[in-house]
Amino acid sequence: MSLEQFISNAISPWMKNPGPDDDIVMSTRIRLARNLEDFPFPSSTSQDAARALYKHVYERLSQTSKEMVGKLIWLPMDGLSTIEKTVLVEKHLTSPQFAKESKQGAVVLNNDETISMMVNEEDHLRIQCLSPGFQLSEGYKSADKLDDWIESHVTYAFDEKKGYLTSCPTNVGTGMRASVMMHLPALVTTQQLNRILPAVSQLGLVVRGIYGEGSEARGNLFQISNQMTLGKSEEDIIEELRGVVLQLIERERNTRRELLKHNQLQLADQVHRSYGILANSRIIESKEAGNHLSTLRLGIDLDLIRGIEGNILNELMVLIQPAFLQQFAEQELTADGRDERRATLIRERLKLENIQDGGGET
Amino acid sequence: MQCQECNQRQATLHFTKIVNAEKTEMHLCEVCAKEKGDEFPGSNSYSIHDLLSGLLNVDPSTGSGAGYSQKVQNEYALQCPKCRMHYKDFINNSRFGCSYCYQAFSAKLDPILKRVHGGNHTHTGKIPKRQGGRLKLQREISSLKTKMQEHIDREEFEYAAEVRDKIRELQEAKEKEEGQ
Repeated sequence: MSLEQFISNAISPWMKNPGPDDDIVMSTRIRLARNLEDFPFPSSTSQDAARALYKHVYERLSQTSKEMVGKLIWLPMDGLSTIEKTVLVEKHLTSPQFAKESKQGAVVLNNDETISMMVNEEDHLRIQCLSPGFQLSEGYKSADKLDDWIESHVTYAFDEKKGYLTSCPTNVGTGMRASVMMHLPALVTTQQLNRILPAVSQLGLVVRGIYGEGSEARGNLFQISNQMTLGKSEEDIIEELRGVVLQLIERERNTRRELLKHNQLQLADQVHRSYGILANSRIIESKEAGNHLSTLRLGIDLDLIRGIEGNILNELMVLIQPAFLQQFAEQELTADGRDERRATLIRERLKLENIQDGGGET
Repeated sequence: MQCQECNQRQATLHFTKIVNAEKTEMHLCEVCAKEKGDEFPGSNSYSIHDLLSGLLNVDPSTGSGAGYSQKVQNEYALQCPKCRMHYKDFINNSRFGCSYCYQAFSAKLDPILKRVHGGNHTHTGKIPKRQGGRLKLQREISSLKTKMQEHIDREEFEYAAEVRDKIRELQEAKEKEEGQ
């Protein structure tokens, strides 16, 4: 398979589309946790009960989706190899926990992978809508529509006072986690983010690295999401998150402009050095690759380097992860082997571009 | 606030440990919290569930550790009639066994939910369409009643009467819904 073909199969179709404010916001995700009445929650259930839940959901949903949400593909987890499951994790279509120990679980996907649903994860259903750029309201609209369609076929566990009942008390109420993935290199470089983050957390929002809970920030990518799910409506949660994200976008853009004004030569130097390392390395660790890809992307956004596709950061951040590297290599790889393959993949990918020096955004 | 362990990363986890009325505060980043995982109750590998268990494992009336008094012991013996989960198991792994646990442990839940959700314990968001017709009407009626009272307080009796008629309509629709 050629590299172009591999990339085109590997990247979720939605990632190739442009989105609003996608110079700063890489993607938006809305997740709804839902459970069905009269079935024990997956975390405490037996294999038989989990199977019964899966059968119930499959029978009610698999035949009728087409006109509402398009054709859905059902992937039972026990039919997937370890690498295939890991690929789903690396594409943010399942959680690492689910891939590791799913019992009678499945992932349900639509064609462009904007919609995914995990069956029998921590909750019976985890509905997820992904979109490129900054699209909180649109993402919620899709998730809401999907949720209504599902609810017309199954009976949710819902309580007037507590809302949607979830396995973990941190999700009860709306069951909604809205997240925005942001690229904030200028705020990191100028150390402003350290000062901003405490204020963000005081507003009931959480900032994490790109792989969610417990992960560190790579490539200056940060995921900002709501913490609380009870006592606020979905619209309020989205409005509050939107307000903070808009401020961060503005600050990041202003800081980029300032950096360009006062340090254009140094910035151009950094961008081209990063390009040099990415285009010439024979071994590269994911952290180093992430940081240089972040600088390169900043250079593209500021027109300091031309002829490279803008979404190279999104694309390569997905492709340089362990399972994708192994798929690309068509073999299992050690950590050293992965570092070598990662360097090769990035070099090959950059050869597809027609790089030129840029003039700098003025 | 910076992590008090590494003094480099941002502290994203803030703990208050209360042992024998002695309060200790900790502010950690996720990396250091992971490393210190075994200092938190019931955990070798640190996770949000371990943190939650630590949060839940505090009796709000005394501010002391679990298993502290007979009263607490009795409350821990609470059991969900549907899935048979004990309250103490919920406290230990911070997950409910089924949706009926919410009802079974309801006497203990509000303070816990308040702690997790910034002081809130009542849902104000979406209501399922098919199941929630009656609930939606109830919410609308409550909000109209508040509105009617505001008109009365301002002596705007004509507006108040309009709202009263609307409330009557909704009451009838609700009764019809309940009768179905």
